[in-house]
Amino acid sequence: MDIRVQEAPFDLGAEANAFAARQAGMGAVVTFTGIVRDLGGDLDAMEIEHYPGMTEKALAGIAEEAMRRWQVGDVLILHRHGRLCADDLIMMVATASRHRADAFQAAEFLMDYLKSRAPFWKKELTQAGEGWVAARDEDEDALRRW
Amino acid sequence: MDVLYFAWVRERIGHPKERVETRAATVRDLVEELRAREDRYAAAFADLSALRVAVDQELRDFDAPLGGAREVAFFPPMTGG
Repeated sequence: MDIRVQEAPFDLGAEANAFAARQAGMGAVVTFTGIVRDLGGDLDAMEIEHYPGMTEKALAGIAEEAMRRWQVGDVLILHRHGRLCADDLIMMVATASRHRADAFQAAEFLMDYLKSRAPFWKKELTQAGEGWVAARDEDEDALRRW
Repeated sequence: MDVLYFAWVRERIGHPKERVETRAATVRDLVEELRAREDRYAAAFADLSALRVAVDQELRDFDAPLGGAREVAFFPPMTGG
């Protein structure tokens, strides 16, 4: 299990390759990447705040839960904080399993939980001003399917 | 105990962290003490349904006991991913 919270950018290809390379006996690796979107066409930056200490614990707890529920051999969660721009990579998860269904489901579970149970907050800075991104009811609803 | 604020709660209150001497039994009691301090606290804690709380870095509800807690954090619903 590899949990990283960092300000620095990450190399998606290098991370995915390193994750796949350290597995043994796994038939499937699934990765998901979240990217900053400029929905209004005027995004100057996105600032991501987090709760140092709790963030790492919350992510580790979510990863452990995924490994308990599915036949998953390894989990990577990498999440950035600080100032990002449109099209920057925000975060990634990777899961490895013997059969693909476990890796797919565990990756979806990780995403659903870290969206609304890991202490990150996004603020959008646009030409019109700045505002905190509101949590969406759909994100809370998504937890109920697990 | 240390009381921490994040995102717009931090902005509304004006600082990220403070030391609070309290005998509040629950999170809700602590909120009542903070609300009574100044308008900016009352404004930040006006609608508890818009807030989440962590006690010693674990998500809890507002009725959670505070006995022995070292750190309480208030923040809006999280928007990770």
